[in-house]
Amino acid sequence: MFEGRRLILFLVFLTIGIIFIGKLFYLQLLDDTYEKAADNNAIRKIIQVPFRGEVYDRKGKLIVYNTPVYDVYVTPRKAFVKDTNRFCTLFGVTRGYFDTVTRQARAYSRVKPSLFLKHLSKEDFARIQDALVDYPGFSISTSAFRTYQSIAFSNALGYVAEINPDNLKKQVDDYYRQGDYVGISGLESYYEDVLRGQRGVKYRMVNSNGVEKGEYKLGKLDVSPVAGKNLYTSIDIRLQEYADSLMMHKVGSVVAIEPATGEILTMVSAPSYDPSLLAGRNFSKYYQKLALDPLKPLINRPPSAYYRPGSTFKLVQALVGQQLGIIGPGSVFTHAGAPVKCHSHTTAHNDLHNAIQWSCNPYFYHAFRKILYDRTTGNTYERSAQGLQRWSDMVANFGFGRKLGIDISNEKKGNLPNPAYYDKVYKGENTWKFSNIYSLSIGEGEMIVSPLKMANFAAIIANRGWYLPPHLVRGVGEKRTIDPFYKNPVSAGVDAKYYPVVIQGMQDAVLHGTVGRDGRIPDITMCGKTGTSQNKKGKDHSIFIAFAPKDNPKIAIAVFVENAGFGGFAAAPIASLIIEKYLKGRVDRKDVETKFMNMSYLANVTYTKLAKKVPVDSLRK
Amino acid sequence: MSQHGSAQISRVDWWSVGLYALFILMGWMSVYSAIYNPEAPLGIFDAAFYTSNAGKQLIWIGTSLVLIMLIFALDFRFFESFALVIYGLFIVLLLLVPFLGVTINGSHSWFKIGGMTLQPAEFAKTATALLLAKYVNDPQVNLARFTNQWKAAAIVGIPMLLIIASNETGSALVFASFMILLYREGLPGEYPGLFLGGIVLFVSALLLQALTIFIVLLFIAAIIVVLMPIYQRRLPQTYLRLSLGIAIIMIMATAVDWLVNNVLKEHQRNRIKVLIDPDFDPRGLGYQVTQSKIAIGSGGFWGKGYLGGTQTKFDFVPEQSTDFIFCTIGEEFGFIGVAILILLFMTLLWRLMYLADQQRSRFARAYGFGVVGILFFHFLVNIGMTIGLMPIMGIPLPFFSYGGSSLWSFTILLFIFLKLDAHRSDMLSR
Repeated sequence: MFEGRRLILFLVFLTIGIIFIGKLFYLQLLDDTYEKAADNNAIRKIIQVPFRGEVYDRKGKLIVYNTPVYDVYVTPRKAFVKDTNRFCTLFGVTRGYFDTVTRQARAYSRVKPSLFLKHLSKEDFARIQDALVDYPGFSISTSAFRTYQSIAFSNALGYVAEINPDNLKKQVDDYYRQGDYVGISGLESYYEDVLRGQRGVKYRMVNSNGVEKGEYKLGKLDVSPVAGKNLYTSIDIRLQEYADSLMMHKVGSVVAIEPATGEILTMVSAPSYDPSLLAGRNFSKYYQKLALDPLKPLINRPPSAYYRPGSTFKLVQALVGQQLGIIGPGSVFTHAGAPVKCHSHTTAHNDLHNAIQWSCNPYFYHAFRKILYDRTTGNTYERSAQGLQRWSDMVANFGFGRKLGIDISNEKKGNLPNPAYYDKVYKGENTWKFSNIYSLSIGEGEMIVSPLKMANFAAIIANRGWYLPPHLVRGVGEKRTIDPFYKNPVSAGVDAKYYPVVIQGMQDAVLHGTVGRDGRIPDITMCGKTGTSQNKKGKDHSIFIAFAPKDNPKIAIAVFVENAGFGGFAAAPIASLIIEKYLKGRVDRKDVETKFMNMSYLANVTYTKLAKKVPVDSLRK
Repeated sequence: MSQHGSAQISRVDWWSVGLYALFILMGWMSVYSAIYNPEAPLGIFDAAFYTSNAGKQLIWIGTSLVLIMLIFALDFRFFESFALVIYGLFIVLLLLVPFLGVTINGSHSWFKIGGMTLQPAEFAKTATALLLAKYVNDPQVNLARFTNQWKAAAIVGIPMLLIIASNETGSALVFASFMILLYREGLPGEYPGLFLGGIVLFVSALLLQALTIFIVLLFIAAIIVVLMPIYQRRLPQTYLRLSLGIAIIMIMATAVDWLVNNVLKEHQRNRIKVLIDPDFDPRGLGYQVTQSKIAIGSGGFWGKGYLGGTQTKFDFVPEQSTDFIFCTIGEEFGFIGVAILILLFMTLLWRLMYLADQQRSRFARAYGFGVVGILFFHFLVNIGMTIGLMPIMGIPLPFFSYGGSSLWSFTILLFIFLKLDAHRSDMLSR
């Protein structure tokens, strides 16, 4: 009975459904009063971007702070300008600019604010502030840009810029929005999370003219911004500026480390740039220019540029050879039988100390040969592979061929060859032996380092066998927190007793060895080692690593000057000046200082070799 | 055979279960969207999430699944056998509410058990549907007879009056939906006809002048006379009846004004005023409807995208997650979203009616139409009020609205029917 009633009922339901859909069609598609009302709805969200953390040097000097700037926004639907010419004069824009920007704003949205004028200074803002009430639809939003007390630290510091669309998409925690500023490189990038602070939000009731009418829900939904934390760096900004001035007209790096703490005192990348160019209204203009510069001033070279260590690497051989028990202070090798020449001396008694003092190539050729062929069995191929593996494992302890863990993000590993590496180069096991790879003995060939690694190596020698991971920041925020990683000493795997002979050799290299007169500091005992890094295109790179004073060292340093020739000529004097400046607070050798500040090696610079994979094929001899 | 679990599962109507699951999911997403703050998004691993509406709703959903399993674990004969007991239990609970209940959101209709609050009125609907179905199942009952009509009315009326007494007019009006059950089971068509006519009259009396109604009535009367067979037209009784009818309607139409102004309470009166005049006090009494329409209207065709709503955050629309959840869907999924939602709802109603008519037992069939009626009434009133076609009554959108009592009661209501349906071949047909 009554089966038909189901249909009647369903027709009633369907009628109601159709009426509802019709009403919704009208509400959502035909009638636009509701859409407008939504835009007018009484709550405005105000984002509060906190100040970024400031950056200080090791003596508490301010390096980077923030200057508030004012952005003017325009909401086309509410905007009304009676006298456009007067308005343009007031804001300091041309009529053309006004027309273009307001047209773009209208095209973007009539009801949402668009950026009209970026980064007004405090003075400009004060000028227009009072007049602003006459121009409805124009509003002000405060932001800040980075301001630098010193131009010397720009590469390691990095810069801050608007987040690019790719990173906006890639971000994990969904924090950033379009137009947000974010640290792009260096410390600004590495410490982004602590520097940026936490954005705040305010909700304000506004009337239909956009005038604020007080807090929404008594501020219950508001989130206060949290200011970014300050960075207390280990940089000595005066020393940094001094080193920077010495590296003028040159391409290269300076890294100075306090050996006892691993704190980086100075990190110069030359050529550099004025960081204030990238902070502010003209970012895109200057960024283009800097990015296209063939000398690549934007790159931070110390942790990332690749060089062969040259003769500075002989110190590694001396230490590893002793630890293996293969050579000792008394071991003597003659010049005979080596395919490499000794450029410096003809001393008959060629022991380890003299070999370091005079940077004797044949000595280390023979020493490395013994290291590879010692205590292993099989043919020369197999013995080379076994010996190289053992050697490579020990050299790795000094931080070569891997990242040291510095607190900036562009650190590169470099290259420390091991048997697997050569198996790949020579396409197969037992296809190479000592005679193919002997360049390693004097730090040429496939050995690749960065200036940072060599400075750290100098610190290891200064400490007689250990290091703390080099870092730029001593403390974050008021509590001066630091990653415990930077507080744990790392052993380099060579006993302290093997260092004195090496150090004595370095001292004598400075006093009456490979280092020239300009590289000697009369009243400071500096121990150093020159290096001359071969490169295929152009003149050799000049390298010098050192520490001082000999006892209880306060500073370890590595200086790289590209295409400047022999290490004793350019790098050593520059290193000596920086050490003198740091230890004495002044430099007495004014003639040397002037000479090297004005010295230019740019004419020799044919290209700058940056972190690239070592081209495997080109290594074949 | 009926008690074997696997046999049961295959007989469950997966169409209905699927729609139920879809609605629950969409409802939860909308509740989450209503609490979603883009400045401080809550993940499901945050502790604060579980004190938010979305987190609590997730718990309600989980417990609903337990309820479903319980219903399916029971013997299908339980619901018919114990219909009177269940009904009696809820009558007692409704009687106790004034003494033991607590007041939440101005409504003194809640029980507090531990940390949980439950509203017996929500569950009384199911109990009433069960007893009414059991009553009409009696072969002696003929709904065309006045005594049977009277008894059926009593079954519906008692809980309804008790709920009105606890000031939940909206929930009480839901009981009017049993007209659908009774209509299907043989109540003469005049009753729902008169009911609908009464509503039409009531609304016209509010919207139109008495004179207009009078003219329209005369016009209708004239048409009736014209359409009559000639012999009837000559009879004086015809005109007497017509005049009487017109007079009664006229008195009623006039009475509506009096009723609205003197019998209804202030807030009820205002809700009706808001309905007929949308611009009536837009910042005050009309605020809810205005904001609701703004939210839905700003959605446009495609909507603003999930979590992209701006009007359905921050309590712009009061009762956002409960009674006005439809706004969130309208704003974020636009016309296309709500149109699909309405069609899906229609599909569920059609499916349930179809299943009900498949039942061999009159009990199961009647209960099925009870379920359909209740769901439809909620659908009608809830969506109607958010788009300004119905006065605001605090009743939720089934399966979507935030709230434990509401979700539990609709789950129980629906799944008792699906349980009965799963056993339809085991039932005796009468």
